[in-house]
Amino acid sequence: MLEVKDLHVSVEGKEILKGLNLTINPGEVHAIMGPNGAGKSTLSAVIAGNEGYEVTSGTITFEGQDVLEMEIEERAQAGLLLGFQYPVEIPGVKNVYLLKAALNAQREARGEGEIPAPEFMKLVREKLAFMKMDNSFLQRAVNEGFSGGEKKRNEILQMLVLQPKLAMLDEIDSGLDIDAMKVVAEGVNSLRSAERAILMVTHYQRLLDYIEPDYVHVLVDGRIVKSGDKDLALELESRGYEWVTEESAA
Amino acid sequence: MSAAQTFLNRLEERLSERQAASLPEPTWIAARRQAAAARFEALGFPTRRDEAWKYTDVRRIGEGDFVLARDAAFSKATAATLTLPIEAIRLTFVDGLFSADLSDLSALPSGATVEPLSQALANNHEAVGGALGRLSGVEFSPFAALNTAFTEEGAVIRLAPGTVVEQPIVLQFLSRANEAAVMSHPRVLIEAGARSQATVVEHYVGETDAANFTNVVGEVLLDRGAILKHYKLQEAPLGDLHIASLHVDQGRDSRFTSFNVNLGGALVRNDLVADLNAQGAEASYLGLFFAQGRQHVDNHTLVNHNAPMTFSNENYKGILGDRARGVFNGKVIVKRDSQKIEAYQSNANLLLSDRAEIDAKPELEIYADDIKCSHGTTTGQLDEKAVFALRTRGIDEQTARGLLTLAFAGEVMEQVDVDAIAERVERTVAGKLPERFNLAELVDASLNEVHDAGLGEE
Repeated sequence: MLEVKDLHVSVEGKEILKGLNLTINPGEVHAIMGPNGAGKSTLSAVIAGNEGYEVTSGTITFEGQDVLEMEIEERAQAGLLLGFQYPVEIPGVKNVYLLKAALNAQREARGEGEIPAPEFMKLVREKLAFMKMDNSFLQRAVNEGFSGGEKKRNEILQMLVLQPKLAMLDEIDSGLDIDAMKVVAEGVNSLRSAERAILMVTHYQRLLDYIEPDYVHVLVDGRIVKSGDKDLALELESRGYEWVTEESAA
Repeated sequence: MSAAQTFLNRLEERLSERQAASLPEPTWIAARRQAAAARFEALGFPTRRDEAWKYTDVRRIGEGDFVLARDAAFSKATAATLTLPIEAIRLTFVDGLFSADLSDLSALPSGATVEPLSQALANNHEAVGGALGRLSGVEFSPFAALNTAFTEEGAVIRLAPGTVVEQPIVLQFLSRANEAAVMSHPRVLIEAGARSQATVVEHYVGETDAANFTNVVGEVLLDRGAILKHYKLQEAPLGDLHIASLHVDQGRDSRFTSFNVNLGGALVRNDLVADLNAQGAEASYLGLFFAQGRQHVDNHTLVNHNAPMTFSNENYKGILGDRARGVFNGKVIVKRDSQKIEAYQSNANLLLSDRAEIDAKPELEIYADDIKCSHGTTTGQLDEKAVFALRTRGIDEQTARGLLTLAFAGEVMEQVDVDAIAERVERTVAGKLPERFNLAELVDASLNEVHDAGLGEE
């Protein structure tokens, strides 16, 4: 589904990713962990199309398409969606506008017609309820004045409505208390299916108690230095990152 | 011969044809007209050498050849699509002339009078004469003088002390697509007695192909404790020339709120002046203008803090696309001894194109020392971070920009408490954005949701 090959990325002339390889197949849940500054967030940002990242070499393909050639919105329309660590506040743009415009853009890209209004409202209300969000969220401006937890829930709400093929979650657990984390995790888990994949970037193992990954990768200094199953995360939690760094250097 | 003289001569000729057929006017009106005409002739049309008109060129008005409206006929079907869909007390004017057919005064409560000016004068011209012209003398501007000289029709609203009018009073000015461009000089007079309350909506709208000249003057007198919300929704046809001034006189503890929304017209100039004459008087100015193509919209506002412990707050937003030009000039004058006043002003402008232009100028003149004042004006483009965030959700760049433009207007619109106006403006702003945004449909979805939710809760 997603194939990243020998990816080198620089930010303002400084190389952040130094030959990253990653393959994600449908149905899989991957977690990328690593110390601060290792380049964890850079990967998902590059896939989503954030400006300011220069891909100096390597490829990213998604379902056979060259991701780096696609416009930002085309990536999302194709089913690549990024949940931000720091969701942007968009004063004045109502959530309902964002959800409807986004969903219709995706449908249009697939050659489907616009979603009828009643169907849309039914869908959105159902997802809101699932995320334990009040209907009034729809009329509120995107993320404006939202608490940290509300912002993250809102990111997941967008995922539930847009049903991406590959959901990328960048530090989705940061700033969440345990109750908010459970709601967010439930939302993410509801996305799990044989056709969909999830890529989580996280600093802490805690999140992985709630969203169990199939694969855990350790990113150190711009490269994946170790991969394993969920037990690797537990090991990292108890031993820290240093032994992996040393092991890879050896 | 100057442009003003030519203009006057032509106008007088046309007026005399009409007046030959009607009853003679009370002498005070005739005298006032004469004096105003003389004043206008002496002043001439303003030019860009006049500080107050520095950015607004009105030559196309002076050079225009306008006739007077012959009648107030207007297609009922068309009117129905233009009229704000609200239950209201409504006076309708077509090219400045009163249309009884399109008016409805049935919901008028006792204690309130709403009449066309001609009728108010016929009933008791002396009662009108006392207030009319008190605030807007012929000195205010050449256009105010022109209006005074040639007013034919208008609206008189009077509220007895303590009267609360629940339904909005809508003054609807329809502009018709005529063979020859028409001019009108409507006059609006609002006298709100002590502790009275009302919402007045001046709504300018018309047939798409219309290209008429409207020169309106409004006067608002608020007695002690009176509360007036004044909405101006100017969505005149894109060929219309629109000059307006509104003068407000505020007594003790009175509250005046102005929502000044300008979406239409080729050349638009608004002057808004409030005099806070007694302690506790409060004025709020909220404004939104959106100009495209080669539209020109000029908003001049003035607050005079003439008394201590008075309060004013202003927030104007401008959106300019294509080669449109906007002007915002907001002035606050705090008189000596007007201590403990508060005056806040903010203006933000959004430029959607490189060729659009805004001249924004806040002016504070302060002669007292124990006061709180602030002002700020910003001009910029859309927040690129927000554009990116929307695009990562699959929304194309154009639509993202459209949504953010709508949002920019939203901050002022949120304070509009007549739903029909808020909805109308939201739809119009969405509809004014370049094609493909298809935001009007989004707005509909949102509004349906609101209505749905409303019904669900009842």
